[in-house]
Amino acid sequence: MTIGIDAFIFLSALLFAIGFGGVLLRKNTLVIYMCLELMLVASTLAFVAFSSFNGTMDGNVFVFFILTVAAAEVAVGLAIIVALFRRRQTVQVDELDALKN
Amino acid sequence: MPDLFFYLFSVFTVVCAFGVVLNRNTVNAAICLLLCLFGVAALFTLLDAYLLAVLLVLVYAGAVVALFLFIVMLLDTQGGHNRPFKSLAIFASAAGFALLVSGAWMLVTRGEWPAHTASAAVASPTGSVLKSYAELLFTTYLLPVQIMGFLLLIAMLGVIVLCKKFEGLEDVK
Repeated sequence: MTIGIDAFIFLSALLFAIGFGGVLLRKNTLVIYMCLELMLVASTLAFVAFSSFNGTMDGNVFVFFILTVAAAEVAVGLAIIVALFRRRQTVQVDELDALKN
Repeated sequence: MPDLFFYLFSVFTVVCAFGVVLNRNTVNAAICLLLCLFGVAALFTLLDAYLLAVLLVLVYAGAVVALFLFIVMLLDTQGGHNRPFKSLAIFASAAGFALLVSGAWMLVTRGEWPAHTASAAVASPTGSVLKSYAELLFTTYLLPVQIMGFLLLIAMLGVIVLCKKFEGLEDVK
């Protein structure tokens, strides 16, 4: 394969930027959460690329931990969103302004 | 041929990522996330990380996206919420996106990267072998593995506490 590591790193940074823009742009808490997951996956792509091009396994093993943390984070975050919806009847971030003023 | 696959899957992944961000329908956004994760898994296989590709599809597509879809259908917030984006939010996200992309572009074009001789297939002869993962997980990274297990336990307990309604708490006390 003639593709260098820089292409993979740029792709991972691009995915991270797309997720970042989505977090700023979107109003729905669930979609914001999906964009956060996108950013996590982009970071795992960078880890795997570095690990593969350096010939070590440490990056690949670290991706295991990132996947575990992401799974736990999604479970807790979605539980918080459900609890929020039960109390406020909305998941739009611009309506969740209880801390304003 | 792997080059062609790289361009194919990277374009696919980026298009699906834009689909997650720009799609008004939450269910469609979740499906776009699923497709994007499949694209990333394909890129993992190009990097000889076959086990991680399978794990990504299993954990993310099997658990996380299914959970997202489940919560979307549980909350049912689709009706009447398709308001246009605020211009300030559009400006902020476009500026953040442009800054990050330009920074990454500078890093890629001006940085000194290792030569292409360290190709993935040559450099990691044991990349696909399960044994090398297990060896690292049970020697160097044994403590993080234990902490991860504990973290999962805490997350499970936390979710139960968050979702349970404590109405008869006085009786317990």
